[in-house]
Amino acid sequence: MNPLQGVPVENFLVLSAILFTIGVIGVLVKRNPIVIFMCIELMLNAANLTFIALGRHFWQVNGQMYVIFALSVAAAEVSVGLGIIVAIFRTKETINVDEINLLKY
Amino acid sequence: MNVENIIFWILAVVSIIASLWMVSTRNAVRSALFLVLTFLCMAVFYILLSAQFIAAVQVIVYAGAIMVLFLFVIMLLNLSAPQALKEKGGFQARVSVLLGVGFIAALFSTGFTMTFQTTKTASDLYNLRLIPDNPDMPNVVLPENIGTVETIGRHLFHPSQPWLFPFELTSILLLVAVIGAIILAKRNV
Repeated sequence: MNPLQGVPVENFLVLSAILFTIGVIGVLVKRNPIVIFMCIELMLNAANLTFIALGRHFWQVNGQMYVIFALSVAAAEVSVGLGIIVAIFRTKETINVDEINLLKY
Repeated sequence: MNVENIIFWILAVVSIIASLWMVSTRNAVRSALFLVLTFLCMAVFYILLSAQFIAAVQVIVYAGAIMVLFLFVIMLLNLSAPQALKEKGGFQARVSVLLGVGFIAALFSTGFTMTFQTTKTASDLYNLRLIPDNPDMPNVVLPENIGTVETIGRHLFHPSQPWLFPFELTSILLLVAVIGAIILAKRNV
């Protein structure tokens, strides 16, 4: 079978645009920083999907390289971010992003 | 309509519904579980795009490690308790949705007016089979092998490619993240 006769790349681009926008709306709407982090992960995933779809479209491995690095950055970001959230919760007893308006407490 | 297209459309609908549900639900644990569903759909998309290694990494790292971390923190903070966050709807949510619609309209208007160079034809790519294995050209891979561990490894560590130094920097990034997480999690800094 010819592997090039797959799904058109435009479908993946539109899908990743939709998922990215859902992530953006989630970041704007939610007040729970953990859910905001999840929305950021969704946005990163949508960007990864774009990289891989265009990488296959142009038949380059480079798209997948970017995804590998984005993935490691996402893992690092999540571990540090959730550590910050836990530290904030310990001192302020809340993690509502509307109530956390000081950088130093 | 071949099998790949059918799988794509089913999973596209599933992933969009799951991510919408993730944003709209108030229970953080449910958000996390719907995000896992979205990530699994993404893994299948990667397989459809013949990126097998990335699909496996997606399942292991995202749906496995990162989401377990999320669930762990959610349950550690006990946010489903009475003092759970009240998501005030209303003005901010409506403005956000409006901004989101504007954002996606901007994305689509850019995307639909953009023209990009079409890919090589299938026969061109299959002719690459005739090229003997050339270590100086790691870009030339068989069409069905673009996502295998071997291709990615050769590409990542090949001297003619610019990825080796970023790869080494990634190790420092992860080290910094590990140390930072430990310091942040300590009781008295």
